[in-house]
Amino acid sequence: MFAFFLSSGLFLGWSLGANDASNVFGTAVGTRMIRFRTAALICSLFVIVGAVVSGAGASHTLGKLGAVNALAGAFIVTFSAGLSVYLMTLARYPVSTSQAIVGAIIGWNFFSGSITDASSLTKIVMTWVLCPVLSAVIAVCLYKIVAFVIAHARLHMFRLDTWTRYGLVLAGAFGSYALGANNIANVMGVFVPVAPFPRLSLFGGLSLSPAQQLFLIGGIAIAVGVSTYSKKVMLTVGEGIVDLSPVSAFVVVCAHSIVLFLFASKNLELFLKSYGLPTIPLVPVSSSQAIVGAVIGIGLLKGGRGIRWRTVAGIASGWVTTPIIAGLVSLIALYFMQNVFQQPTYKPVHFRISGAVIQQLAKNQMDTQALMPFEGKLFDDAISLKKAIGLKSPEIERVLDTARIEPTEINSQKLNAVDRERLTPQQWQALQSLSGMLFSHRWQLAQALAGRSEQWRPESCPEPYQITDQLDYLYRIFRTR
Amino acid sequence: MGFSVLKRQVGIAKQIDDFLDQVSEAGLIFQTGAEAFLRDDLVVFNQKKEQIIKTEHKGDALRRSLEEKLYRQTLIPESRGDVLELLENTDALLDRFKGALWQFFLEKPVICNALKQDFLELIKCSVNAVESIVRSSRAFFKDLNAVADHMHKVIYWESESDRVASRLQAAIFERNDIGLCHKIQLRDFVRHIDKIADRAEDVADRLGIYVIKRSL
Repeated sequence: MFAFFLSSGLFLGWSLGANDASNVFGTAVGTRMIRFRTAALICSLFVIVGAVVSGAGASHTLGKLGAVNALAGAFIVTFSAGLSVYLMTLARYPVSTSQAIVGAIIGWNFFSGSITDASSLTKIVMTWVLCPVLSAVIAVCLYKIVAFVIAHARLHMFRLDTWTRYGLVLAGAFGSYALGANNIANVMGVFVPVAPFPRLSLFGGLSLSPAQQLFLIGGIAIAVGVSTYSKKVMLTVGEGIVDLSPVSAFVVVCAHSIVLFLFASKNLELFLKSYGLPTIPLVPVSSSQAIVGAVIGIGLLKGGRGIRWRTVAGIASGWVTTPIIAGLVSLIALYFMQNVFQQPTYKPVHFRISGAVIQQLAKNQMDTQALMPFEGKLFDDAISLKKAIGLKSPEIERVLDTARIEPTEINSQKLNAVDRERLTPQQWQALQSLSGMLFSHRWQLAQALAGRSEQWRPESCPEPYQITDQLDYLYRIFRTR
Repeated sequence: MGFSVLKRQVGIAKQIDDFLDQVSEAGLIFQTGAEAFLRDDLVVFNQKKEQIIKTEHKGDALRRSLEEKLYRQTLIPESRGDVLELLENTDALLDRFKGALWQFFLEKPVICNALKQDFLELIKCSVNAVESIVRSSRAFFKDLNAVADHMHKVIYWESESDRVASRLQAAIFERNDIGLCHKIQLRDFVRHIDKIADRAEDVADRLGIYVIKRSL
């Protein structure tokens, strides 16, 4: 059953490959500097590596936007996004998978009565604006540097041609890696909580987590998309917006790849954090926006006369229509799945404003006066809770997170099912000591564990999402109906 | 890709250099041959005539081979058209040198002593104009910033050539000791040699556009 439902993720991966590979190698193939076959091979390989090695960062932000909690729901969300991207690809618009998946998740939120996390949505939408702007700025700076180097290096035309080809291959490989790392969340993100795989060890030392196995499968789907369908879109990107010289193409791909890398790299986030610098949110950004931003940046640098604004406007209108189309398709498809095929597309989530919940919120410096009249009350879904208490973002998200009922029971039978390789010995001891206990909320389990061992405290862990991942894993094992 | 591309491209760069050497050499052969003709040294003149035929064949073969390689190996895709045009236009200059020397051989014009100095000067102007275009073309491949340094010389030699050609044609038609047919024949020679500098200037104009296109 899981394999069947995963097929929509593979379809979305294929769409992404068909579409976004053109962003990485389109300019190089469009200007005939690299043959399509070479481009497809390099792109496929590095997309898979990027997805498996550093695909986890951006999937967390997407998970927060809407926690799709049923397999059939995840299937429909990715299917709707994939279908929207496919339709736009047919119309030869380089669309964004990120926007399609966001539209589809919001569709699911509407259908399931969940509230779209406003802060995550704002973060994502901000990157939609920031991404092309940043890409344009980076492209202009890189262009200036490259132009200076070329003017002073006095390279023979043919030698410059060779170096440009090498540059395009390297930038393309880097871009494919960044694309895999950043965009695999779009393809496989919604399946991570429902993946049934055990941890897999390969060639002795190499070990793949269930999420990484999903990312590997998604990466392969992207690679298939690259090989089978991306040629047409590559030629649109390479020739459609502005006439690019191969050197400009190199600059554009570099700028695009840097932007995608910035929004996907956990290591960069750690590095910035360690120096007390503001971090860059790990968000799946649109590689199409990055490329269009860079192309426009260079176009403007050259006076803006060469830019075909009609093509740019066509692409930009796709940005608006893609999430709307994906959202609508998602809503309709969810309705059919639920009512015609009788498949549960979401698990109802209930909320209770208990005394413990109010206490916990007060502990986190929130004014809980507005919640007092609702103490002890049970709500059937997020929307009715929001309507009743009338709080706005970001308070409402905090209330929802804390009041969500996610019962767990730690018992010896389920403890045997825990993969101990995923926990440190101290963490395992702390978990064992909770045997026989029941928790109504996820944060209660987290608190109980943090009270038993400091290794369960987020501040003691250098990896930003490690504790969250581990808690998600435990929740999946110990949850009760 | 690897080293083979690098090796291939070094080979083509060398071929382009060889081709431009042929054009430059053709100018020198033409100058030596025409000077020999003017001092009635037919032995040297015939040698140079044979030499320029060989140079022209070699230039043609190089150009064809370059054109084929550039397209077959999809090198410098964005400048390929410009490079081919440049090669064809410079090859046309080489042909004109050969054509001029052949015209001397076929028509064997009688050139009065009083006009010889101006003829020598006109030949020098055309050869220098072509030499400057060859240097500009080399710079176009190797150092874009240096193209302008040579290109203005093409314009200088072309206007010098125009000035000498006008003076020479006036001198020819002012003479009373030769008939009109003879005058028209000499004028054709003047025009033919002057045309070489004109064409060199046309190539320079096109080259100026290629440079703008290649500038980042």
